[in-house]
Amino acid sequence: MDSILSMTFLVGLIAATLRVATPLVYATLGEVFTERAGILNLGIEGIMFLGAFVGFAAAYKANEAGLAGYLWIGLFSAILAGIMMGLLMGFFSVTLGVNQHVAGLGITLLCTGLSLLGFRIVFGERSVLPSIDPFAELSPFKGVPVLGDIASQYLLTYIAFLIVVPLSWWLLFRTSFGLNVRSVGENPEAVDAAGLNVFRIRYLVLALGGGLMATGGAFLSLAQLGAFTPGIIAGRGWVCIALVIFARWHPVRAALGALLFGGVFALQLRLQTLGFKLPFEIFLALPYLVTIAALALASRHISYPGAYLKPYRRE
Amino acid sequence: MRIQVERNPAPVWFRALIPLMSILLTFLLTSGFVLAYGANPLQAAYYFLMDPLSNPVRLIEVLVKTTPLLLTGIAVAFAFSGGYWNIGVEGQLYMGATAATAIGLQMHNTPAWLALPLVILGGILAGMAWATLPALMKVWLKIDEVVTTLLLNYVAIFFVSAILNGPWRDPISQWPQSPEIAASAVFPRLIPRSRLHLGFILALLVVLGVWFVLSRTSFGLKMKAVGFNIEAARFSGINVERTLLMVALISGGIAGLAGASEVAGIHFHLIDAISPGYGYTGIIIATLGALNPIGVSLAAVFIGLIDTGAQTVSRALGVPIYLGDVLQATLLLVTLGMLLLQSYRISLRRQVGAPAE
Repeated sequence: MDSILSMTFLVGLIAATLRVATPLVYATLGEVFTERAGILNLGIEGIMFLGAFVGFAAAYKANEAGLAGYLWIGLFSAILAGIMMGLLMGFFSVTLGVNQHVAGLGITLLCTGLSLLGFRIVFGERSVLPSIDPFAELSPFKGVPVLGDIASQYLLTYIAFLIVVPLSWWLLFRTSFGLNVRSVGENPEAVDAAGLNVFRIRYLVLALGGGLMATGGAFLSLAQLGAFTPGIIAGRGWVCIALVIFARWHPVRAALGALLFGGVFALQLRLQTLGFKLPFEIFLALPYLVTIAALALASRHISYPGAYLKPYRRE
Repeated sequence: MRIQVERNPAPVWFRALIPLMSILLTFLLTSGFVLAYGANPLQAAYYFLMDPLSNPVRLIEVLVKTTPLLLTGIAVAFAFSGGYWNIGVEGQLYMGATAATAIGLQMHNTPAWLALPLVILGGILAGMAWATLPALMKVWLKIDEVVTTLLLNYVAIFFVSAILNGPWRDPISQWPQSPEIAASAVFPRLIPRSRLHLGFILALLVVLGVWFVLSRTSFGLKMKAVGFNIEAARFSGINVERTLLMVALISGGIAGLAGASEVAGIHFHLIDAISPGYGYTGIIIATLGALNPIGVSLAAVFIGLIDTGAQTVSRALGVPIYLGDVLQATLLLVTLGMLLLQSYRISLRRQVGAPAE
């Protein structure tokens, strides 16, 4: 009896870990790209929030209009919004070259305000939270013990781990585009001297990163919840910033970091229900504390990109 | 050529115009939302900026709103001046509020002359304590303080929520709020029958103190050197680690005081919404004020004004209160861009200086 219990416990834990890690994979990879190009985008928390809102609002309206692919319309609207915010971050950090910390936090505050205001504009004041039918889980191994349950995941989770992670690795380390991105982050002067456009590369990467961050946020509203709530992101963006450092700007390690956080998060959710006599808030705080501890442990190996936080100006 | 290098950046009258131009541009950019609600943007601007000043009662309420903003704004500005990116003011405020409540609850048999300093000191020390871990991680392990301070904000808020739902839950109402602190620990009112309290004076004193440290002490010089260029500061013999640590702790202490002031001056008990994001608004204020104590004070009053005005706009025009948040964030970004105009002459100077080589 005990072993059956612990087996179901473990299977449930692994499945939940993959689910919780999914939005973090998207957003962390987005941040890996921008930081590889030398830009710290602290707009990540807000862009995820905006992605969650725009994705939900667009899907809701499309559903109301009777469109069958309403969830995909939501997702693409979210990505578009993320790209726009990435470009706005580019205007401040690349064109104007202002302080990236403050610009990024400004983008986060703006996205948060816009989403909350937008929610009121679209939905007004309602006593019941508006909701939609979210993405369904795929079950390719239905009926197979253990694997069947673990593999029962959203399409976006499959895409994150099987396509986006390897693709990001390939893009960064096996293409000339990736080489350019990394060079811009290490030594923009040399890239400029080689006749490449530093500004354009940084803008491109910020747009790509913004799209990925918004996808992470939209996953939460379109797949996991089917709704939008003010606490939907709750610091996940900041966790991603930590994961990027923890992963030493490497896409595969970023995915592993996301799984680690996802595992701790899924575990604390289950521990809460096991009836420990501890306040549940202690469990909620656990993933954040583990993230900080992981940073401390990994700190010895961290070396930031050479042009990190440095705006580039042609003299 | 040297004379041109010494020349001031933009003229003073122009620099004074930058905030005004920023405010104007911000209102232009956000007027679309007001129009979307079928309201008149000029009327909204009036409610935001003028209406709160229209009578003494409302004016005092603006200062009440300004009190925590002065403290968080100056806490952020102080940290940023020293090159320490303390984004953890929100969490430090929560811990300061918690400590102040813990002490305030024990003060029932203590006279005010002893209770008030204890509450204030407790708030400051708790804020400092919460700022210690990220500061040490920064100094010892070279871990970016932005991430750690941000993450600890969430931990602090969970912590407060845990004690409010646990040991401190109000036994009578069962609300997640602490019992009331002792009367002797409540900040005295500056004006009878208003909410303006001792915290406002404390905030002004802190701003004055920060101004003094930054502009009149060798420590201020050192920390600004670290903030300007950490490697150059190290090279010139400044103990960079010690300076960063001091800056982080002082900033955390000011944030903790903000929490103590909200508990002892406004709420009289701890609630989980003790701060609607004052720590993050502090970043806006510090930037608007160009990290300068006088600028920060003006910016805090201005944001206090907008905060008060947002409620009027919402009530009078039916525009959601979140318009205030959008307005503040837009103002931050616009000002950030506009501040470049301040140093416009510097880049000109370089072009003039270059051929002389």
